Amino acid sequence: MARQPEGPPPPPTVQKLRLRYAKRGRLRFASHRDLARTLERALRRAQVPMAFSAGFSPHPKISYLGAAPTGAASEAEYVEIGLSVRCDPEAVRAGLDASLPDEVAILECVEAGEGTGSLADRIDTSVWRVELPGVTLAELRPAVEEFLSRDVVTVAKRTKNGLKDIDARASVASASAGEEAGCAILHMVVRQLTPAVRPDDVLAALAAVADLHPPLPPRAVREAQGRLDDTGTVADPLGPDRAARIPREHAAI
Amino acid sequence: MTGETLYPRLEPLLAQIQKPIQYVGGELNSQVKPWEDAAVHWALMYPDAYEVGLPNQGLMILYEVLNERPDALAERTYAVWPDLAALMREHGVPQFTVDGHRSVADFDLLGVSFATELGYTNLLEALDLAGVPIHAVDRDGSHPVVVAGGHAAFNPEPVADFVDCAVLGDGEQVVGDITDVVKAWKAQGRPGGRMELLARLARVEGVYVPRFYAVSYGPDGAIAGVQRTRDDVPATVGKRTVMDLDEWPYPKTPIVPLAESVHERMSVEIFRGCTRGCRFCQAGMITRPVRERTITGIGSMVEQGLKATGYEEVGLLSLSSADHSEIGQLAKQLADRYEGTNTSLSLPSTRVDAFNVTLANELSRNGRRSGLTFAPEGGSERIRRVINKTVSKEDLVRTVTTAYANGWRQVKLYFMCGLPTETDEDVLEIAELAVEVIRAGREASGSKDIRCTVSIGGFVPKPHTPFQWASQASAETIDHRLRVLREAINADRRIGRSIGLRYHDGKPGVIEGLLSRGDRRVGRVIERVWREGGKFDGWSEHFSYDRWTAAAAEELAPFGVDLDWYTTRERTEHEILPWDHLDSGLDKEWLWEDWQEALSEEEVADCRWTPCYDCGVCPTMGTEIQIGPTGRSLLPLTVV
Repeated sequence: MARQPEGPPPPPTVQKLRLRYAKRGRLRFASHRDLARTLERALRRAQVPMAFSAGFSPHPKISYLGAAPTGAASEAEYVEIGLSVRCDPEAVRAGLDASLPDEVAILECVEAGEGTGSLADRIDTSVWRVELPGVTLAELRPAVEEFLSRDVVTVAKRTKNGLKDIDARASVASASAGEEAGCAILHMVVRQLTPAVRPDDVLAALAAVADLHPPLPPRAVREAQGRLDDTGTVADPLGPDRAARIPREHAAI
Repeated sequence: MTGETLYPRLEPLLAQIQKPIQYVGGELNSQVKPWEDAAVHWALMYPDAYEVGLPNQGLMILYEVLNERPDALAERTYAVWPDLAALMREHGVPQFTVDGHRSVADFDLLGVSFATELGYTNLLEALDLAGVPIHAVDRDGSHPVVVAGGHAAFNPEPVADFVDCAVLGDGEQVVGDITDVVKAWKAQGRPGGRMELLARLARVEGVYVPRFYAVSYGPDGAIAGVQRTRDDVPATVGKRTVMDLDEWPYPKTPIVPLAESVHERMSVEIFRGCTRGCRFCQAGMITRPVRERTITGIGSMVEQGLKATGYEEVGLLSLSSADHSEIGQLAKQLADRYEGTNTSLSLPSTRVDAFNVTLANELSRNGRRSGLTFAPEGGSERIRRVINKTVSKEDLVRTVTTAYANGWRQVKLYFMCGLPTETDEDVLEIAELAVEVIRAGREASGSKDIRCTVSIGGFVPKPHTPFQWASQASAETIDHRLRVLREAINADRRIGRSIGLRYHDGKPGVIEGLLSRGDRRVGRVIERVWREGGKFDGWSEHFSYDRWTAAAAEELAPFGVDLDWYTTRERTEHEILPWDHLDSGLDKEWLWEDWQEALSEEEVADCRWTPCYDCGVCPTMGTEIQIGPTGRSLLPLTVV
């Protein structure tokens, strides 16, 4: 007979919090696993009363949503945590933010609104901004136009099973070229389909269709995530949770 | 400008390499002090990959001790993987620290901690990447002083041409003394240049400056003598020993990496030194005497460390943790304190006795009982008497069976092969033992779902141990014994399928042996291997035995010695050993007697419980054993 953990089962989840966080600066080189470890340790340091799974190796209740690739910065990563004691979301945000390295910031924390559905269902698109040091607007603009004029642009993507051809065009809902301080900026809205198209894939596509080869490694930042509507707008995925809070807060007054 | 950040030049390279996170710094509890605020700048290096080097306790302690001084600044640097090293050379980016991304060449001192000799080629690679001449004699006042430390520094002769100094023993206090010397010399306007600074450092207790000692060799190839070249340096250099560990509760705020590292836990050193007297164990010989932290001192380090890091596991470290005088109370009280907090405690077990199982049960009260590790080290009772790690076969089987009966599913047994006087029969007894353990374990646990993993590696004789005179077994001998062991384990599949065998082939051990007991002539081999592309020798995918043997053959031939001369050759009693002028406190005559007693299979007692000053360490170094019990208790933590 195998041993069983003694004592009562762990306390249940009484509150779900949804967080938006940023990875910036040097820590854009952190992978999803690196950030997950860092967040879990920060939760312990901040003494957030996490709910745990049962069994011999209890895990804190944390669900991660699709992470930005290693090397890309982000202002819009999302995670949901389950607590065993109700807490003020803003206090959790501030405490957790203070416990994290400077270049990981907790930007928002809201309580999951009852009956509003899952967070994952509210995210199907990323908004990217890619700085291209050493590239001018005059070089980038025609490349983007050429890319958008195509129906399919096949690029080779490195996967676990070697190189694989994917279409980088279909996932790109919109793209435009801009410029800041002499540096060309690629703005784009990319649907999260399978196989995933990442900024690197679009840059490979620009090289393929317009021979655009940035002299320095580009810097990508995910500026937002959410659901893409028919007008091309990406909705705030925490909006429904905020909306669900308003009546109750009014009721309390 | 000195101390300027290289990050803007490094960043574009990071997008092109594997695991860039290891080079960016910014970890929790790391620090970057303003360059101008410090009078003395230390770069601290662990000469292996970040994932191996980051958890190193020694480096983490010195980082904190130095940074606590307002007049000093310390930053960390690690071996750079070949993918980034190639890009750094192409783009002219030098070896950098991960904290401030400052050029290592800008620092006053480069301290390198050698836990193993296999890091020597990585030192040369780092110096070269830093733009610092690899030979100490080619450096001038503008270059950092290269200081070696760690256990391998007890015989720094193979790297004597590459380091400026080696520090013997505990580092906590000596780094402060070195800082004071460098600070004063700089403040006085660097009188006498680099040579004067090194002479001043050579007068600091525990600091060895190889260039002030001349080595001569006899016609037989052995050392004829070691002479001081200046009167103002000591004839022999003694090690440093930190007393009263409670006064040195470091690291207080361990660095928490973002990247994955080899130890995903916080470590608290519960005592330093070991007097069990295992004859193969260099650590146990050179870190004497035993100095315990008190139960309350340990309790507060665990508490503060967990607060500072958020780790969910704490390892209670030492050379033989079950030997702490209050380990039973410590385990129970820590387990009480952290019950229900999802914090796990672990004890790296080494000794084989039932008490270890009791302790492990206590620490895993509500956790999974997955694996338990014991280290009998020798396969037969006879060889265990030779190495002075006496445990009878019956006790061993009984202990492991108790573990299975208490719900532990997997037991790991550590062994060495190639020990002095060993025969195939000694090693074959490991197979018998493992079979018996599984039989008894299945019966005791009533389950076939138990495993025993035998982990075995080749023994490397080390300086400052009774085995420093021994013949090292050849790679062929090691590989042969591993082969017969594997066949014996697999002979009965019904039992054998529950036994795992993990082993390392004999080749890397031979090179480790060359570097461990080598003299200054071996430096030419190290340099040759590095020039031919050798680095990361601790990694099987980078280690090349053929490159080492070819370099050894060519570079050693002019001296009339060879690889075998350094490894498989048994030394005689009065041969001058390369490290004889470096004093670990151990009396050479005592070591020789202990070697003779090993050959006649006699045991020696632990001086912790039977007052004995025979090894010479306490009288020579002016130290004492510091052990409890204190009788104190840990108070329950106040709930926040």
